[in-house]
Amino acid sequence: MFIFVIFIGIWYVSTINTSTNSSPPSNLTQEQIEYQKLMGKDVGVQKTTGFPSPIQMAQAIGKQLSNPFYDNGPNDKGIAIQLGYSLLRVGIGFLLASIIAIPLGFVIGMSPLLYKAFDPFIQILKPISPLAWMPIALYTIKDSSLSGIFVIFICSVWPMLINTAFGVSSVKRDWLNVAMTLEVSPLRKAFQVILPAAAPTILTGMRISMGIAWLVIVAAEMLVGGTGVGYFLWNEWNNLSLTSVLFAVLIIGVVGMLLDMAFAQFQKWVTYVE
Amino acid sequence: MWNESPDRVSAAEICSHENMSKTAPAQEAPFVQVQSLCKYYVLDKPIFADVNFTINKGEFVCIIGHSGCGKTTILNVLAGLDTASEGYVIMDGREVKGPSLERGVVFQSHALMPWFTVRQNIAFAVKSRWPKWSSSQINTHVEKFVSMVGLSHSIEKKPSELSGGMKQRVGIARAFSIQPKMLLLDEPFGALDALTRGTIQEELIGIVRDTHQTVFMITHDVDEAILLADKIVLMKNATQVDGSYTAGGVAEILSNTLPKSRKRAELHHLDGYYELRNHIVDFLIGIKH
Repeated sequence: MFIFVIFIGIWYVSTINTSTNSSPPSNLTQEQIEYQKLMGKDVGVQKTTGFPSPIQMAQAIGKQLSNPFYDNGPNDKGIAIQLGYSLLRVGIGFLLASIIAIPLGFVIGMSPLLYKAFDPFIQILKPISPLAWMPIALYTIKDSSLSGIFVIFICSVWPMLINTAFGVSSVKRDWLNVAMTLEVSPLRKAFQVILPAAAPTILTGMRISMGIAWLVIVAAEMLVGGTGVGYFLWNEWNNLSLTSVLFAVLIIGVVGMLLDMAFAQFQKWVTYVE
Repeated sequence: MWNESPDRVSAAEICSHENMSKTAPAQEAPFVQVQSLCKYYVLDKPIFADVNFTINKGEFVCIIGHSGCGKTTILNVLAGLDTASEGYVIMDGREVKGPSLERGVVFQSHALMPWFTVRQNIAFAVKSRWPKWSSSQINTHVEKFVSMVGLSHSIEKKPSELSGGMKQRVGIARAFSIQPKMLLLDEPFGALDALTRGTIQEELIGIVRDTHQTVFMITHDVDEAILLADKIVLMKNATQVDGSYTAGGVAEILSNTLPKSRKRAELHHLDGYYELRNHIVDFLIGIKH
């Protein structure tokens, strides 16, 4: 809290200093002033850095949050609507990724042979920046919104796949032996022994995936445009509205934190103490 | 199986060497027959070879030997979790081919599922044994076995909230709850302190005697073996002297003739206890050199 107050203080002081240091020179003739104006040096007008002060920021935040759902056409939508679009894309992409990555990771983790077979592909595909898939996605899918979802899918799939496979393959031998001596059916073993044993590792993978997906969606929406917080951010930059840009940055940070906290909570539910 | 010799006998008789393949009673086949079992990881250098012994119904057999002599491997072969390189195990007229509900295993590290409570851990085993039981049937059965090891008050606790001894009790209750034909215990008390170990040993004796359970147990503790076992199998390690390799295996099989009602506290007052104990300790020290 103290750090926050200091930060606001420094911000305030730095914006004050720059906005008051130029006073209009009074010893110029009318012609000289006009000449200066033509040269683009607007005397008499206070020169600022253009960087908003904390008070302007607070006003902008208040204004945006007081009416988050307005919709004045494609270039002017409330922040909640933009966030909704982004979260929807992340949600769909992430869900698709879990539907594929977790069962596949399960199978790969259970079989050392499949693990070896899939490993080279995973190792090659994993380090590719999700945005590098964008042109391929745009060309094949031919729909910008779906391409955004695809990019989220492709970036969330790897951490989940790798963590699930790792979690499943490192389930304690003892627990598997217990299941074997009890002649537990494969399905029951998968759901009652392996899944709970690997759940913390799987959830870690999902948490990492969600973090990456939230990073990527902003960039993807900047590229694709149309809707979403990434588009909002870039649009406000084009409007040279720094308060809105800063506001968008703040919102992205807060939402990212909330998503991470949600997954931390899920992790807590499935974690067991040995 | 108990009265092979009179209650009070000389040391020599207590330590009577048995070669089971020769002296096994001919009239009826023993419950478990281990025949010429051999395990090697490197060909021609088996860890143990030609292991033969039998376990009768209701008999408590302990196996003692130094680390690395293959005790756990033999137990895993009996459990069906491991396979022998040669030889076979016959239980109740059938060869042991894989894990089965007929053999309950208590693992050294208790192996309870930490995400289940005590009740769920045992219910998991009971449900595997009798998949068609209703939940109330399962609950009564679970509660019966939990109270058998005296943990009724902790039935809803997670294993992490229990002490080491309590966890091992749950492990024992789980193995008993499926009412197996044979119980296999892999150093169940190895990680416990002496006091707890004593209490659980007494409990185990009580339960085994009440249920006439057939038990095969690995131990490092000579007193534990003397207290619990009807028959003690001594194993020797494989040795390599001047390039000549000798496989490990069963060195001796002793039958314990101390009175069956022996108690831990008065064990050392019994006639023949020291002879038996010294014999085993001498053996364990002897093979080291």
